[in-house]
Amino acid sequence: MSALKNPRIIGTLAVLLIIALTPVAFGDENYIMRVITVGLCSAIAVYGMNIILGFTGQLSLAQGGFFGIGAYTVGLLTTDFDWSFWQAFLVGVVGTSAIGYLSGLIALRTKDEYFAIFTMAIGFIIYLTISRWEAVTHAHSGVNNVKFPEAGDIVDFSNPTVMFYLVFIILLICVYITYAIRRSSVGRTLLTIRTSEDLADAIGVNVGLSKQLAFAASAFFGGIGGGLYASVVGFIGPDAATVDKTFEFLMFILVGGMGTVAGPLVGTMIVTFLFELFQDFQAYRFIVLGPIIIALVIFAPRGIVGYLGGFIDKRARNRRIGSAHKDGTAQSHSTAEANGTATPDDSVRADNTADSDGSTRPGTAERRETAADTITTEDEEK
Amino acid sequence: MLLEIRGLGKRFGGLDAVKNVDLDVQEGQITAVIGPNGAGKSTLFNLIHGFYRPTAGTVSFNGRDITQSSPHSSVNGGIARTFQTTHLFDDSTLLENVLAGRIVRSKSNVFDAIFHTPRHRRESALNHDKALEALEFCGVAEFRHDLASNVPQEVQKRTAVAMALATEPELMLLDEPAGGIPEEETTDFGNLIRSLPSRGVSVLLVEHKMSMIMDLADTILVLDHGQKLAIGSPAEIQSNPDVIRAYLGSTKDEEN
Repeated sequence: MSALKNPRIIGTLAVLLIIALTPVAFGDENYIMRVITVGLCSAIAVYGMNIILGFTGQLSLAQGGFFGIGAYTVGLLTTDFDWSFWQAFLVGVVGTSAIGYLSGLIALRTKDEYFAIFTMAIGFIIYLTISRWEAVTHAHSGVNNVKFPEAGDIVDFSNPTVMFYLVFIILLICVYITYAIRRSSVGRTLLTIRTSEDLADAIGVNVGLSKQLAFAASAFFGGIGGGLYASVVGFIGPDAATVDKTFEFLMFILVGGMGTVAGPLVGTMIVTFLFELFQDFQAYRFIVLGPIIIALVIFAPRGIVGYLGGFIDKRARNRRIGSAHKDGTAQSHSTAEANGTATPDDSVRADNTADSDGSTRPGTAERRETAADTITTEDEEK
Repeated sequence: MLLEIRGLGKRFGGLDAVKNVDLDVQEGQITAVIGPNGAGKSTLFNLIHGFYRPTAGTVSFNGRDITQSSPHSSVNGGIARTFQTTHLFDDSTLLENVLAGRIVRSKSNVFDAIFHTPRHRRESALNHDKALEALEFCGVAEFRHDLASNVPQEVQKRTAVAMALATEPELMLLDEPAGGIPEEETTDFGNLIRSLPSRGVSVLLVEHKMSMIMDLADTILVLDHGQKLAIGSPAEIQSNPDVIRAYLGSTKDEEN
């Protein structure tokens, strides 16, 4: 298993481990536990945004709306209709995905900035529906006493630590799905669309259908995040579905790193932490946060995780170049001709340290840094 | 007949970019389309491949009507193409580029990826082997870990062919595949194109380098102002007075 030697995977596992251990440190502090758990719910929705924005390159601004639909479905069904949490959660997630798919049918007829504006409009319509349709959603009085998940006598989900672990496990599944997508041909399909729709089309990618499914998948994650959020906080109001929420998610993913596996989680936790830190400033906290985010976008446009990933690639490459020189396998590539001159080694494993390809053109180093994040080669290591 | 084009036309506003073109592409052959700039060669390709919808005529491939089909279903049906300006995923390695060409032949879906099914593993390995084989066939396997933007123009052109090959086509549309390649390297590149039919890939080719065309093509279609001027073997075309007047006589070997 070369996977355990991959610094990216080690880093992701380390982040997950730290978060898994937070109840040990803060288990008695209900407020802190709740802030962290709410953060994890947001992170799940941000993983949805990662699929449509990070992988597919389409700026969807409907994610806050999908989050709200998930939250209100669980909220209303468990209170006014007295369903169990699990039934309501299932309906919420399936319903959000279906609404995502249907709105995608229209939204994806538009492109680029028009798509962003259109999806923002979808998000706004969802918000308006929730905040004005008083007979169903109670509008600004919100939904009280949303149920905790039922578990018989096995565990008690009203305990913040138990609830934390439920959300954490579902988040783990989302992280894994992101990882699996990214290293599969599905992820490659989405990344080709992000790079060039025309070229993707020319190599046989069904661009329309792929975007459609990616958009539905982003709604799916939004629904999961929202449904859990409703149960974690117990009370929800229309602010669970605002467009502000979408931009919050967007900030999380920008800070963490678009198109990366760990980025959404890292970004969400860090920005949530900063929010809490500057809470005394209330609305003015953005005066402090704004410059921090601008600095990040300027100095680490690929987010924190993308930035660290660059270091990892650089180091791996230097090691490869170093060991190739030591083995004396460096060879000139000045002639690049003729059919079938391919060297017969052909063990193109990513972890093959003596790969002669890396040895002769150190000039490619800077450019290659950006490559690893764009289309993954992880398939090779199996 | 592999590809049959009948009465194909495309009007942009009042302008006939392509008008009433008939063309047969035989299996195992290299067919070339030549003509002065603006003669409608690239438009013809875009019509065949589905980027444009024809305003008249039909295209059938292996006896199936594909006149209205979209590019991705054309690729799925066995028609690959390369572009005039080389189109690659610049910030990916050559291997990743060619792997992208395998997407259309991949059956495993997101659930296979999530549950890491045997089908997913088998397919990943197969895709990798096929991609590498395509790179080797095109003679650029040694550059596989280099970024597409960092390799010489000729390697990029060869990679574009490898990417098209990875989709397992029966017919490949090559739009000026040797454009931008230094004169002394075109012979090598011509050899690559010539070896395609032996893999079961027939070729339809647009090219400006006349020496290369005359050397490679079995059949040549000459377009002028979107219409067929002549069709025949290289020898017939070279001696056709209409062609000489419209094209060869004035612009011979001067381009690129």
